[in-house]
Amino acid sequence: MLRLTLIRLLQGIPVLLVVVTITFFLVRAAPGGPFDAERSLPPEVLENLEQRYNLGAPPCRQYLDYLGGLLRGDLGPSFRYPNRSVNELIATGFPITLELALYAILVAVIIGVLAGLLAAVRRGTWLDHLPMGLAMTGICLPSFLLGPLLVLVFGIALEWLPVSGWGYAPGDKILPSITLGAAYAAYIARLTRGGMLEVLGQDYIVTARAKGLSMPVVLMRHALRGGLAPVVAFLGPAIAGLLTGSFVVETIFQIPGLGRFYVQAAFNRDYTMILGTTILLSALVILFNIVADLLGAWMNPRLRHGRGTA
Amino acid sequence: MAGLAFMLLLALVALLTPWIAPYGYEEQDLALAASPPSLAHWLGTDTLGRDLLTRILYGGRVSLAVGFAATAVSLIVGVAWGIVAGYLGGRVDAWMMRIVDILYALPFMIFVILLTVVFGRSFLLLFLAIGLVEWLTMARIVRAQVRSARQQDYIAAAEVSGLSHARIMARHVLPNVLGPVVVYVTLTIPAVMLVEAFLSFLGLGIQPPQSSWGLLVAEGVETMEEYPWLLLFPGLCLSLTLFSLNFLGDGLRDALDPRGRLGFRGQ
Repeated sequence: MLRLTLIRLLQGIPVLLVVVTITFFLVRAAPGGPFDAERSLPPEVLENLEQRYNLGAPPCRQYLDYLGGLLRGDLGPSFRYPNRSVNELIATGFPITLELALYAILVAVIIGVLAGLLAAVRRGTWLDHLPMGLAMTGICLPSFLLGPLLVLVFGIALEWLPVSGWGYAPGDKILPSITLGAAYAAYIARLTRGGMLEVLGQDYIVTARAKGLSMPVVLMRHALRGGLAPVVAFLGPAIAGLLTGSFVVETIFQIPGLGRFYVQAAFNRDYTMILGTTILLSALVILFNIVADLLGAWMNPRLRHGRGTA
Repeated sequence: MAGLAFMLLLALVALLTPWIAPYGYEEQDLALAASPPSLAHWLGTDTLGRDLLTRILYGGRVSLAVGFAATAVSLIVGVAWGIVAGYLGGRVDAWMMRIVDILYALPFMIFVILLTVVFGRSFLLLFLAIGLVEWLTMARIVRAQVRSARQQDYIAAAEVSGLSHARIMARHVLPNVLGPVVVYVTLTIPAVMLVEAFLSFLGLGIQPPQSSWGLLVAEGVETMEEYPWLLLFPGLCLSLTLFSLNFLGDGLRDALDPRGRLGFRGQ
């Protein structure tokens, strides 16, 4: 297990390096810098700026300097807000985005697994059809539609919950978390149902039942471990999706998280900010994928010795 | 079947839009700005007095066009990649699939945004960017199919009779992998439409005065307190379309490929 962990982590490093390289040169190749604004700048100012952002050196040199900075954890100054570094900007936004993603994944896993279990155990009854119908609806209702609808109903019509903000008023974290988590809850419900149905047909479950164990015990002790494997495998991509999906939710609910910064940076052509955020999020996604792989291997011993990704 | 019928209806409406739309695309009636649904304007008008039904029809054309075009891009790249990897096998296959694995590990939405920043926000580049990110699952499915088709006797027979690799791939391998590909295409179209709507919602996709369902939803959100119909109708169109396409894809998958469990790439 330890060996597998190490191998996986080592495999992640070249992937991250590829990301950094591609992103760096893509962004450098982008047309129009943030400085060619309406008025042309005097040459001295331009030179100063080039110096500050290390744009004077040949591209390869810039790239190596950037890599060096990365190793020291320094993402450079922001193009848009010259007084602030990308590190500072990320440090203000990232904890909020992470918290939002965490609540959303909790919503998704709790609702999704429970609904999926119910549907699998009561297969073919209305307790199966109702959650699965809702799940299909949840997948087809994008967050940028669900969010405003929730705001309309619970925020504006019923006035139960705040319509925007994060941590300013009690309960203002509820709607964003549900908005972000809903589609994942729906998908997890479908995965859980599928996985459980597969497992519940296996011989060892029949054996456990024949020994006289009650259904809840069979579920908890024997079936869940195998039946939830698809859900665990999905968690890596899910967290990736949640981190990027939070862009929309942060926009809707005016949450000052990393997603809003990223979209703003895309508008403002704040290249260093785009670069830094992309690298950070990619690193996280790669990490979460590795964790999901390892969890999957831990739950299913057959994968332990082969390659985790089937 | 209901999904297929809806889909065909949608395609027909999109094709005929210039003839069936009740008003011109840029026709304004400021006296009637932001009026609720009425006999003259079935779905009401927006804040600039434009007929919402007309806007939805034209926006649907754009959404569908992006959906189909980007799916076509992903289809071409994915199928070509999968066939070459699966057919050649060995080291080439290992490398090609390793690349797919690496790309899989990336937060693809971020990359689409990055690509829109780098290449500007034109319509053409938008769907190219989406298509180029969406081909991964297609490549995996095709490769798996080709690997199993590769073992069949008729491939060996074709090789023995002296056909070139290219010809075997095109004439004998390709037709045999089409089933799962069709299924996945029907699931890619709604996924791509969702990405387009997502980008347009953030203001990074389709730019006004062009319109798409995602953009209409974004505009509707701004005024939803006063004029909720501007949010509800475009949203309903988008959701119903996604629903029917997913439904169609699921149905086809159950019918053609009961084993497949395809990936979900988030929103």
